[in-house]
Amino acid sequence: MRTMALGVLWVCLISSATPVLAQTESEIDALRAELAQMRADYELRIAQLEQRLDEAEEKAAGQQAVSPQSDYQPASQSDQWQPEPYVGQMTNSGNNTSNPAIGVIFQGQAWSYSDDPDDYQIPGFPLGGEAGPLPEGLALGETEINISGNVDDKFTAWLTVPIAIEDGEVVVELEEAWVETMTMPGGLSLRMGRFYSNIGYLNDKHAHSWDFADLPLPYEAFLGGQYIDDGLQLRWLAPTDFYLELGAEVARGAKYPAGGAANSGVGSYALHLRSGGDVGFSNSWQAGISYLQADADDRESGSEDDPLVFTGQTDLWIAEFVWKWAPNGNSKQRNFIFQTEYIWRNEDGRYTVPGASALPYDTDQQGWYLQAVYQPFPQWRIGLRYDRLSSDDPGQAFDGTPLMPSSHDPYRYSLMADWSNSEFSRLRLQYTHDEAGFDDDNQWGLQYIFSIGAHGAHSF
Amino acid sequence: MHYDNHNRRGKASLFSVFPTRKKLMKKMILSTLLLLLTQATYADLKLFVCEPEWAALATELGGDNIQVSSATNALQDPHYIQARPSLISKMGRADLIVCSGAQLEIGWLPMLLRKANNPDVLPGTPGFLEASNYVKRLDITLDSDRSQGDVHPQGNPHIQTNPHNILLVAGAMTERLVQLDTANADSYQQNLSSFRERWTIAITNWEKRASVLRGKRVIPHHKSWRYLEDWLGLIEVATLEPVSGIPPTASHLASLLDRFGDKGADFIIRAPFQSEKPSDWLSERTGIPAVLLPLTVGGTHEASDLFKWFDDIINRLLTAGDV
Repeated sequence: MRTMALGVLWVCLISSATPVLAQTESEIDALRAELAQMRADYELRIAQLEQRLDEAEEKAAGQQAVSPQSDYQPASQSDQWQPEPYVGQMTNSGNNTSNPAIGVIFQGQAWSYSDDPDDYQIPGFPLGGEAGPLPEGLALGETEINISGNVDDKFTAWLTVPIAIEDGEVVVELEEAWVETMTMPGGLSLRMGRFYSNIGYLNDKHAHSWDFADLPLPYEAFLGGQYIDDGLQLRWLAPTDFYLELGAEVARGAKYPAGGAANSGVGSYALHLRSGGDVGFSNSWQAGISYLQADADDRESGSEDDPLVFTGQTDLWIAEFVWKWAPNGNSKQRNFIFQTEYIWRNEDGRYTVPGASALPYDTDQQGWYLQAVYQPFPQWRIGLRYDRLSSDDPGQAFDGTPLMPSSHDPYRYSLMADWSNSEFSRLRLQYTHDEAGFDDDNQWGLQYIFSIGAHGAHSF
Repeated sequence: MHYDNHNRRGKASLFSVFPTRKKLMKKMILSTLLLLLTQATYADLKLFVCEPEWAALATELGGDNIQVSSATNALQDPHYIQARPSLISKMGRADLIVCSGAQLEIGWLPMLLRKANNPDVLPGTPGFLEASNYVKRLDITLDSDRSQGDVHPQGNPHIQTNPHNILLVAGAMTERLVQLDTANADSYQQNLSSFRERWTIAITNWEKRASVLRGKRVIPHHKSWRYLEDWLGLIEVATLEPVSGIPPTASHLASLLDRFGDKGADFIIRAPFQSEKPSDWLSERTGIPAVLLPLTVGGTHEASDLFKWFDDIINRLLTAGDV
């Protein structure tokens, strides 16, 4: 580089000297002297520059950072490592670009039924909570507002407020409102507030991330959709190479399958154990088992006008298994998801059937579903789901009541196809053949899911 | 000595009162606990990195003092991976996380952080290094709007394709390694000096070889190559994606054919995890060479380490451009 600079200087000097070569000899001598002077000047200046360069190099070496010797000059950037991040472009990799992060999810659907969905019921499995068919015809789904952010260095908070239309009325609900610790030692974290219980695979998944427009039958029948309640959740991640998570929850017991906030407002307990791993780069799996014990105190289910009332205890076990495949783990191009859950439930207590006195009820019931979703190429997915319930006989006393199961096990199968322009938009078509209700039912549904603003990362 | 003997004898007699099966059980439980404890107190610094280039850099800088695992491999699109169980357990045990950041991993990293219950690697702690904070990010937009696609308002996150950025992150990474593992500080500093020396020479060679590429017009699949373009003086004239993050559409490709049909560009570039169909389609019809470039270490067979990765990028461009 120095040689180059010298060369350039010489070229400059020579070219500036050229016009005067024709002048008289004395002038030439004078010029020669001048030239010599200039040369001496430049040599001095080059020496000074060299010294400054050496000094700079020493200084840089002292800071353990050296500029590479190249002519690379990206826009106002030096290779000198900055001990502090560039001011004004600091980020964290979280999703709260504004604090708090706000996102809205728009959902809507249109369903057509061959039977009247208002009369829908599954004999032997009175539906509680939010369970039941989606409204017939064009309808808005839940418009979900999510707000989240870190409270301080130790706590983070989440709020989900769905705005729904129920019987023509706009209803603002409080679906989730929880605060969670971030810095508990020993792999522990504590969540407090209202949250989706961590039992099962689907229970804590928001509707917009489901692979079908509705929940499988066992969730509808045994959890009233999804079990959400107010309480505490402790999670522990084992310090092992393989994934092992243990969780324990205690909740108020105000929501189906609990009810009435029994035991002075400590009405339900839950446990979960979950593990998972990878098989090569292309496959990963998760399996878990969970248990819920819920006390019900005058819990209503079935018809809204003439509800069945249950007081007693629900014991519920869920086994879950999910397998995801994507070539080289690159799920954006092509992927396949297999998912199954099995739910066993025992309800032991007394049922009050409309127009009768309370009857002792102690019955085991089971339900399961299998589903597979395949994305053959980006943006498009197809899926198939089969779900089924079965029940023990609750006894002759329940003949002719909604608690008596029909002669065949309730089941459904569903087909779906969806298209996602981006990860923020999805349109879905679903067909369900239902043999769970009184009569066979063919159900067709169209659904949209759109998301604006902050969109939280999805779990496995 | 006496105490030791006594202790050993005491333990032996305790075991002997249990029937054989219980003894076995107890041994199993004890050995499992011991295994857990030794795992938890293992001396090496455990790094969890989001992208393979940071794993390769960490290996250069950390040598035998660290264990590195990468969340993604070179054949995966780092925007879209699953917050898998195996990643949660790895993050739960990590001492240092290194990710490109600038929201590249926004679809999965926050979920891993939430599930991993590891206070030592939360953003803002010394255990969390966001690489893109230490380089000059390009394309920062204050008025981001998703109608322009899934743009990253904090700038383009694919900082690794400029080797000068690798050097900047090497400095930041070494500082963290020293901070978290002072016992091996000298080793980290020496590794950095050695790496810097070799890398600087390599950069000079790459720049010399690639000088003929200056001013070449490129059509990448996604805006994954902004920093490479900035470094080598390539000009991005379009992308195969109609807007960032949306897969190429037939109508957009047709418009590219209209615009660049008379060889109005020099290269069509894609990464290994992007479908070859759109670039092949356009290449066949325009005659513009379609080039597969490794976006990170391991992206091609040749790109087996940090140095060979940039060698390969430049080789492939020079070969395809026939210059």
